[in-house]
Amino acid sequence: MLLIRCPYCEEERPELEFRNAGEAHIARSADMAATSDDDFEKFFFIRSNPKGIIYERWRHMHGCARFFNAVRDTVSDRFLLTYKAGEPKPAKLPGAAE
Amino acid sequence: MKKYSVFAIAREAMRGHKGWEEQWSSPEPKKEYDVIIVGAGGHGLATAYYLATVHGITNVAVLEKGWLGGGNTGRNTTIIRSNYLYDESAGIYDHALKLWDGLSQELNYNVMYSPRGVMMLAHNVHDIQVLKRHVHANRLNGIDNEWLTPEAAKEFCPPLNISRDARYPVMGATLQRRGGTARHDAVAWGYARGASVRGVHIIQNCEVTGVKRAPNGAVMGVETTRGFIGAKKVGVVAAGHSSVIMNMAGVRMPLESYPLQALVSEPVKPVFPCVVMSNTVHAYISQSDKGELVIGAGTDQYISYSQTGGLHILQHTLDAICEMFPMFTRMKMLRSWGGIVDVTPDRSPILAKTPVPGLYVNCGWGTGGFKATPGSGHVFAHTIARDDPHPINAPFTIERFRTGRLIDEAAAAAVAH
Repeated sequence: MLLIRCPYCEEERPELEFRNAGEAHIARSADMAATSDDDFEKFFFIRSNPKGIIYERWRHMHGCARFFNAVRDTVSDRFLLTYKAGEPKPAKLPGAAE
Repeated sequence: MKKYSVFAIAREAMRGHKGWEEQWSSPEPKKEYDVIIVGAGGHGLATAYYLATVHGITNVAVLEKGWLGGGNTGRNTTIIRSNYLYDESAGIYDHALKLWDGLSQELNYNVMYSPRGVMMLAHNVHDIQVLKRHVHANRLNGIDNEWLTPEAAKEFCPPLNISRDARYPVMGATLQRRGGTARHDAVAWGYARGASVRGVHIIQNCEVTGVKRAPNGAVMGVETTRGFIGAKKVGVVAAGHSSVIMNMAGVRMPLESYPLQALVSEPVKPVFPCVVMSNTVHAYISQSDKGELVIGAGTDQYISYSQTGGLHILQHTLDAICEMFPMFTRMKMLRSWGGIVDVTPDRSPILAKTPVPGLYVNCGWGTGGFKATPGSGHVFAHTIARDDPHPINAPFTIERFRTGRLIDEAAAAAVAH
């Protein structure tokens, strides 16, 4: 079981309190009706599914119930960082080369 | 290739078993092949086998980053069934089931296909409605599936607890009698032997690190840890790593990879005659011919390539198993493991040509690919050989996620496999 730090509660809590909510930083079109089939497919179905660093959303379901983002290594399952929803993708990750 | 038979066993018994041949050869990779298959699991090896036997294409290499059959082929719970809801799924899974019947004879290799019956339990009114709908849909597609009362289910599977006081009362069940199990390793080994003897090169410990494309976009071959290997046709059959390989060719996929766990108990005498699955409490169980109880758990909720998975997932499944089969509460579990399954948004596989000429993909089998192994290899070989899908796999395109023509087994609740 993973230990996940909620950036709102500022606490590490067990995974059972959280729901994974898929890849982060996928912007929904403001005008969905005008979205082409190609763009809709990219938005709705295509995922990066990386072996390595993933940017993903989590929801602290049984805590503050808020969505936030996390950076995790999908090979080791280690969390590098969690940050609040709406904040930009972190430019630099902890432990990354200068 | 020396044929396996009772006479071969007798002959070797007399000679101290010194005459057995290697089942497949391990040649050095050539510079160029007609077809490269990426991934020597059951599906990849079956593809190579049918390329050689059905289409006469033997200048084929199967590249494997680890050892043959060491990924999900050796990690699944070996359950075989074809009682899927939709016509497209029924088509491909029943095509596979028909090939399972007779596969040992065809391969001259005992894959231990055992049609002992797959039973799916209904625990509430909604389950009854859904499962009866499956029975009717299956019958319309010519697939055997029948409805059992709790008493009839108990008669077929005596360990079942049909008490009305049970936490998950059994209100009925479906039974596909042709469903059952097979020996997963033997499937990979049998296909490998059959392909190798016809000239297919099986190259283990050879990881694909890149896909090379010509200026016009067509595939030229693959970069590997053992150097560049050329081919005008490349079939990607890499399960959980399919999107990683496809990204190398510049194709982004509608796939997500999750750990899926399974576990086995200590071996005991025969106690469990069939396969029992329950989608509602998410548990399924059978007994291997070695005597171990084979139990499948669920996937973790997050993308991972770690081949482990969380302990609470196993615990959840074992809770359900112990509730349904109190006789197993004191069994010791021997081993548990995880495999990485590639899941599509509609939970149906992709077996298709890709936007890249010469690149083909067979992926997205999610949590239930083992049962489809022969059928998948058979139609994928056709797709590669003819550069055109077989009618059975024609609906399983990548483009369905753009057109919206999904094969939504996810909504049909094919959760457990």
